[in-house]
This record gives sequence, C-alpha cells and structure tokens, in this order.
Amino acid sequence: MSKIKHILSAEVSDSEIINGIEKGDNRIINKMYKLFYPSIAHMITSNNGTDDEAKDIFQEAVMVLYDKITQQKFELNSKLSTFLYAVSRRLWLKQLSRKGHSTNTSDISDFEDILHVEDDIQQHQEIENKFDQMNEAMSQLGEPCQTLLKDFYIKNLSMQEITDKFGYTNSDNAKTQKYKCLQRLKKIFFTIKIAE
Amino acid sequence: MQRHKFIEWADQYLRGELEQIDIQAFEDFCASNPEYAQILEEHKTFLITFQQSENRNHFKAALAEEATHIESYGSQNHFGNKVISFWSKLQINTGIAAAVAFISVFTTLWLTGYFTDVKKATSDYSALRREMNSVKRNVTAQNKVIQNINKNEVPKKDISSHFGATGFLLTKDGYVVTNYHVVNGADSIQLQNQKGKAFRAEIIHTDAAKDLAILRIADSSFRTTKTVPYTFKKQLTDVGEDIYTIGFPRDEAVYGQGYLSSNTGYSGDTIAYQISIPVNPGNSGGPVLDTQGNVVGIISGKQKGIDGAAFAIKTKELIETLNRIPTESLKGNIVLNNKNSLNKLSRTEQIKKLQDFIYIVKVY
Repeated sequence: MSKIKHILSAEVSDSEIINGIEKGDNRIINKMYKLFYPSIAHMITSNNGTDDEAKDIFQEAVMVLYDKITQQKFELNSKLSTFLYAVSRRLWLKQLSRKGHSTNTSDISDFEDILHVEDDIQQHQEIENKFDQMNEAMSQLGEPCQTLLKDFYIKNLSMQEITDKFGYTNSDNAKTQKYKCLQRLKKIFFTIKIAE
Repeated sequence: MQRHKFIEWADQYLRGELEQIDIQAFEDFCASNPEYAQILEEHKTFLITFQQSENRNHFKAALAEEATHIESYGSQNHFGNKVISFWSKLQINTGIAAAVAFISVFTTLWLTGYFTDVKKATSDYSALRREMNSVKRNVTAQNKVIQNINKNEVPKKDISSHFGATGFLLTKDGYVVTNYHVVNGADSIQLQNQKGKAFRAEIIHTDAAKDLAILRIADSSFRTTKTVPYTFKKQLTDVGEDIYTIGFPRDEAVYGQGYLSSNTGYSGDTIAYQISIPVNPGNSGGPVLDTQGNVVGIISGKQKGIDGAAFAIKTKELIETLNRIPTESLKGNIVLNNKNSLNKLSRTEQIKKLQDFIYIVKVY
C-alpha cells in the first residue's frame, strides 16, 4: 500500500504542472524534465540531433507551453506529453530544414500531425519578440536603474528600503530617481518597438 | 498635478499602499481627469509587460539551469543505459554460447583423438640408455614383496638406478662424450673399455638442450692412449650416406650399419640427423661414423613404433658445445684430432682400431 502511495505521489498530473507554471513554481521544471524530456531527446537524437540540440528544443517547447499558459486562458485539449512532443517535433523539423537536412528526416516528417501546434509556435515567437524588446531595453538602460526598477516593481521593496540600499539622502530623491529610470525605460522600449 | 507626482501616486495605488480614503480620492481624480486615466492605463500595461518579462526570464533561466543538471541523465539514458540494458539482455545468451563453443571444441578434439596424439607425440621418443641388471633387480624386489606380504609394509621404492650407455674418446688425454640423459642425476660414472678395465670419470660439462655431456676420465690408472684414429666432420653429411656405429646395448660391443635418412631429427629437430641403423637401449652416446671414419654424429634416441627411425646429434653441435665450455672447468684444452687414420682401411679393420676408443658408460 505504501508502495502504491509512493508511486502516486511521484506522478505529477498535467494540471499540477500547469498550475506550477502559472504560479512560477520552478520545482515543477525538474519534474517536467523527468516526465517529458526522454522521449523528446530520443526523437531528436535519433534524427540527426545532438543532446545539446535536444535540450534547446525541449526548452523552447516548454517556453511555448509557458507562453500559452501565461498569456491566455489555457485549455488542455490533449495530454501535456503529446503537446510538448508535437511542439518539439515541429520545432526540430524547422531547424532541420534551416540546416538543409530535410532529406534524412522522412521518418519524422512523414508522420501525420497529431496536433496543430503551428499557431501556438507562431504566438510564442511573437511573445518572444515582445519580451526580447523589453530585455533589450533593460540592458540598454544599464545600472543602477535596472536593479532599482526590479527591486521596486518585481521584488516589491518599499521606497525606504531602496533609499537605504542605493544610498540616497532621502526617499524623495529615490522616488525622483525611480521615476526618471522608468521614463527612460519606456522611451527605449517604445523606440525599439517602432524600429521593429 | 505634475506628471511624476501622479506616477508616484499611481504606484502607491497599484501596490495597495494607500489608505481607504486615498484610494477613493485617487479613483475620483482619475474619473474626473480622463487624460490622467489614460496615463494610468498606459503605466499599468507597461508594468504588466515589465513584470511578465521578468517572470518569464526567471522561468527561462531556471529551465536552462535545470538542463545542465539533466545532462548525465539525458546522455546516459540514451546511450549508456541502452548499452547496459542490451548487455544485460544478452549476458545469459553470450554465456551459454561461450559454454557451448567451449564444450564442442574440446569434445571434438577429444573425439578426434587430438589429446591422445599429443600424449603420444610427447612420449614416443625414447632415449637409448640401458637399464642394467633389471631382471635381477625385479626378482629381488618380488622376493621382498613376498617376504613382507603379511607385514602390510609398503615396499620402499628403489630409487638408485643403474644405467648403461656408450661413450667415446674425444682426445687421447681422456675427454669422453656421451649423452646428457645418460649422466643426468648420476652419483658416479664409470667408463669400461673393451678389455674390461673400468675408470672413474667426472662430468666436465653438460648441455641439456643438445643432450650432450662431456666427461673426463679422472682415474690414476688411466694412461693416455694412442691418438684417436677418427676425425670430426663439422659439415653436414648428405642424406643417403653410408654410416655405421659401435655401441653397447649389452656388455659386448655391437656393430650396427645403415644410412643417414634425414637432415633433421625428431619432429624437425635441427640439431640431429635421422639415421637408419638398428639401435637399442645402450647405444646412446655411441659415435656415428661415415665410410672414411669421420664422426658425423652421436646417437641419442629413437622414435617408438617407427622402424629404423633413430636420431643422432650432429657433430657440429658437439663442436659448438665444446667451444662453450668455460676454460676454468677444463684441464688443458680439448684439441680434436684432425688426422684421420681410418680412411684407407676396410670396415673390419676400422672397427678393430675403433674399439679401444669406445667405452661402456656405467652410471650409478
């Protein structure tokens, strides 16, 4: 009986994983690797891929899932393993055709598509672009603005804590600094967006 | 209201730091100033994007971080584990296959008589030394057993052996050559000449590989003889050459005649000839001479079960052995005779002259 319990607790349901991703619970990542990675890695390594390429593809597939979960109301209409496998397969085929290997992939490209993941990948790439702009803007912003904004808006530090951390004479100074940083970030972000 | 003041107020509102009254005031302000409501909306959207971006980066980093831990798991799973599971599957089959191969090889070898052949091959060479007084000894041993039959005594094995063979003089000052297998393990060696006179001899040098032993007569009663009448032929003798020997298969000298039948000895041994002379135990160490009276070899053994296959060590090997004797173990150099006094004589005359130089070697 205890054995069965043990097995049950080791198994993670799809909805648990989705909840984990939604809440940003990083412990779920390890479980995802254990559950889904082997079959995908096998598919890629047996189709002209290396281990490292398999990892990259897997990570991108998980990011497609992540974007799907975080950006819209996610409806689970297949098993997660099937979804990730289908996405990985599509991504790998794209990569292979970019590399000009299409001749050798008949065994996976011939397979009928189980899921239409094309839209999800498309959406993922758009999101990826958007956030790339934000990342680009952040890196152009430089220090100490980057840390200041992260501390205030992400870590939710109080104005007083920020004043102490960055050594401003009073919290009004810190507030002015924060405002300037934010304005600069917005400016850079929108400039990049227009340039795109 | 200044723009940055408003943003500060908005931040406080969004973070929930405002009191209930202030929240109401902020919301009222936005409702009455649509341009500020617009600013708030933009600010909110931007912050959400910013926060999402950071969370997403965080997740991505964690994902990449996990991939480095997965490394061993992934690669082993795909290669190592495959090999291991493949091996564990085939282990038993491999074991059985090896066992079957092993058994069938040795069964086949056994059935085809390979092992008996090997045994025969190692044992069908017989060294031609003669066991002396064997009849007498056997009778004594039998009597002993009969006498002790009720005493339950295990009869002690008579380890002292007594062998006879042939040897011949190399030089007139008493160096004699015979086979190593004759003198091997000897307590004492006696050389007895044609006239029945016995001399004590000592071993100067032995060469087990060539089966040669060089003895020296160390007896005060020994007088240097006349110069040995034969010479030693270092060159190879041709197959078919007429040869003869004199040896002591019994207590009298026995003449044997034949021909040289091969340039190699037992199983291709290059240090010996194969000769076709009827030889018997006791002939070991006897000289093999050609028609001119040159020593071409020394009889060493024969092959059991094959007629006329006897073996004689080549004279060349004897010379090599002589050259290898350390000078300190010699009493005066061994100078081989190079003047042949037999070549013009008839066979019977040769034999008469030879007999004085050939000894029975008795080993105790």
